[in-house]
Amino acid sequence: MKPAPFEYYVPRSLDEALALLAEHGYDAKPLAGGQSLVPAMNFRLAQPAVLVDLNNLADLAGIMADGEGGLRIGAMTRQRAVERSPLVAQRAPLLAETLPYIAHPQIRNRGTVGGSLAHNDPAAELPAVALALDARMRVRKQDGERVVAASDFFLGIFTTALEPDELLTEIVFPPLPPRSGVAFEEMARRHGDYALVGCAARVTLAENGKVSDSRLVFFSVGDGPVQAVAAAKTLRGQRPGPAAMRASAEAASQEIDPPSDIHASADFRRHLAQVLARRALTRAVDRASALR
Amino acid sequence: MTHSITITVNGQAYTRQVDARLLLSDFIRHELLLTGTHVGCEHGVCGACTVLFDGEPVRSCLMFAVQADGHAITTVEGLSSDPERLHPLQQAFWEAHGLQCGFCTPGFLMTLVPFLEANPTPSEAEVREAISGNLCRCTGYQHIVDAVLLAATRLNGD
Repeated sequence: MKPAPFEYYVPRSLDEALALLAEHGYDAKPLAGGQSLVPAMNFRLAQPAVLVDLNNLADLAGIMADGEGGLRIGAMTRQRAVERSPLVAQRAPLLAETLPYIAHPQIRNRGTVGGSLAHNDPAAELPAVALALDARMRVRKQDGERVVAASDFFLGIFTTALEPDELLTEIVFPPLPPRSGVAFEEMARRHGDYALVGCAARVTLAENGKVSDSRLVFFSVGDGPVQAVAAAKTLRGQRPGPAAMRASAEAASQEIDPPSDIHASADFRRHLAQVLARRALTRAVDRASALR
Repeated sequence: MTHSITITVNGQAYTRQVDARLLLSDFIRHELLLTGTHVGCEHGVCGACTVLFDGEPVRSCLMFAVQADGHAITTVEGLSSDPERLHPLQQAFWEAHGLQCGFCTPGFLMTLVPFLEANPTPSEAEVREAISGNLCRCTGYQHIVDAVLLAATRLNGD
């Protein structure tokens, strides 16, 4: 249970880090909080030849207000800092509600927001939240920058749109439309375990109280965050009563295609998805209604 | 290629040459011979290797020693400066039977000391959540919870 040897670099600037990634390409791995990469290296499931440690890039950490109601979070911001941030609680309540579910405080003290998103573990909370909130990923490489929408960023199991010479530097969370409510639910056998199923819901109400937009994003049910697009749409134009929310949650549990594994059968995951989606929608609607 | 690092552990600075792949947990145990920090699962699940990194509890098996260059570490050996006098939390673990084999205990202590500093009057539910990242196979956790609540009472001078 010891990592294989590797070359270690600890760049002092983003430019230096990008130059190292450009030089070493697929041989190199950026090291963020290391809470997923280091266990994988201890098991020798990952054996990168080169590690580029991002932990001294202070410019990549920080939580800032962005325009009217938006939020920007540096990729190297520790999850614990996000959890404790009053600005996050105010401007991205879904993120604030989700953070305590991510592993344990000892892990969140090291784990970073960008690291979790770039890793795209199918059981991870943050990719689902990023997708639910229409987050935008700011991505740098040596000779340029691009911004990738969350919907284009998560490509599959442990796979994102990031190229080997690119770094995720910042995540932008745009403000929610008026009269929007959000909620997060997950079921795990013990607090801090990987979720058997989790769900983020987002509902926007029109002035007349009917649903104008809704969204359900699940995790631990596929190869990354999974949006139940059709099921969420069934709520649109409706009054969000218990029957409508139950029907939408039921449709979502049929729309997703969860795996069976040693932790839970596909049928049990569908059942959990339905229950969690109903709870999340109910709370999201309550919160949106309170803003009317 | 080795790296020269200087790490302050329990207030004392140590300079060593290390391989990049040396885990912080192994550095503490094998280089500094501070064997109070225990190594259980080596993939971040059991919590036995928890130490304070710049005052915050972290898994020392999920960091490389080279990453701690210039930083301060506190291990269980640093909880009390007097070998004849335990830290109040250690004393409470002893009195409330918060350990049996003791393998997990250093990790629990290093998780709970900053927890009690941040939350001096925790509820039982808060204590249980605080220790959710540490595994104990002997006690069934009840006596650990008792010990934390006892320590909290004493630290508050009641």
